[in-house]
Amino acid sequence: MTISETTQTLVTNVLEVGILTGALGVILLPSIVYAAFLLGGVLGGVACLYILLNADFLGAAQLLIYVGAINILILFAIMLINPQTDSSREGASRLTSVSAAGVSGLLAVGFLQVILQTPWATPSIRIEANPLPILGGHLFGDFLLPFELISVLLLVALIGAIVLARRETQFGTLGQDTDMIARPKGESK
Amino acid sequence: MILEPYLLVAASLFCIGLYGILTSRNVVRVLMSLELMLNGVNLNFVTFSSFLDPYELKGQVFAIFVMAIAAAEAAIGLAIVLAIYRNRDSVDLEEFNILKW
Repeated sequence: MTISETTQTLVTNVLEVGILTGALGVILLPSIVYAAFLLGGVLGGVACLYILLNADFLGAAQLLIYVGAINILILFAIMLINPQTDSSREGASRLTSVSAAGVSGLLAVGFLQVILQTPWATPSIRIEANPLPILGGHLFGDFLLPFELISVLLLVALIGAIVLARRETQFGTLGQDTDMIARPKGESK
Repeated sequence: MILEPYLLVAASLFCIGLYGILTSRNVVRVLMSLELMLNGVNLNFVTFSSFLDPYELKGQVFAIFVMAIAAAEAAIGLAIVLAIYRNRDSVDLEEFNILKW
């Protein structure tokens, strides 16, 4: 990216504020549908940060995989699941929420100390090379075995998800309640 | 061009996701918080590879692997959530105790 320093800083700050508020909304909003849409916004913001960090391919992959696939999948799951069951969300007991906040806060304080106190040796001149040939060389060179294993893992996950989510098609169990909702009225079998 | 803001937002995303996982009782929200945590880790990887390793970019390769694992995890997790909801009519984590004792 060849944009000026101040513009980049400004865009980065705006994106970071947006990402953090969106992430807080994801975990705090009572309506889970709004939380899912905010999650899409957060993932898009992270994709923009990748592009600012000179990782164009990862930004595009983030948009395609996270926003386009995972977020849509989560929205589909929410719509397949009865949303009234979410009303007990505030039922997380006070002890649980306080201790969770303590653990997360302690971790955050530790991260803050490490990040702010380490003298990062950043190079003064950044190399703005095209990252795509380097990535391709890695994927088909020294990272070839993990790459192939990842493809096998994705295949296994695909088959596993189909097996898990498949409905048992015996005659007695086919016409359950969710099946009636899922099928439009006038459609015949 | 300093790298602390990126690291700070990545650490905050990780901690927010951890808090969401620990407190929420809805399984789908737990999965969403998990995505937040994975995004924080990925942002860390990309930041370090862009600032400290600009020739090799190995952090971006690891970020690609994390993304692939996250996609597989989301598919399997949501399939399990659907199967559980079909069996128990609920997505409340407090009610899933058949494997507990």
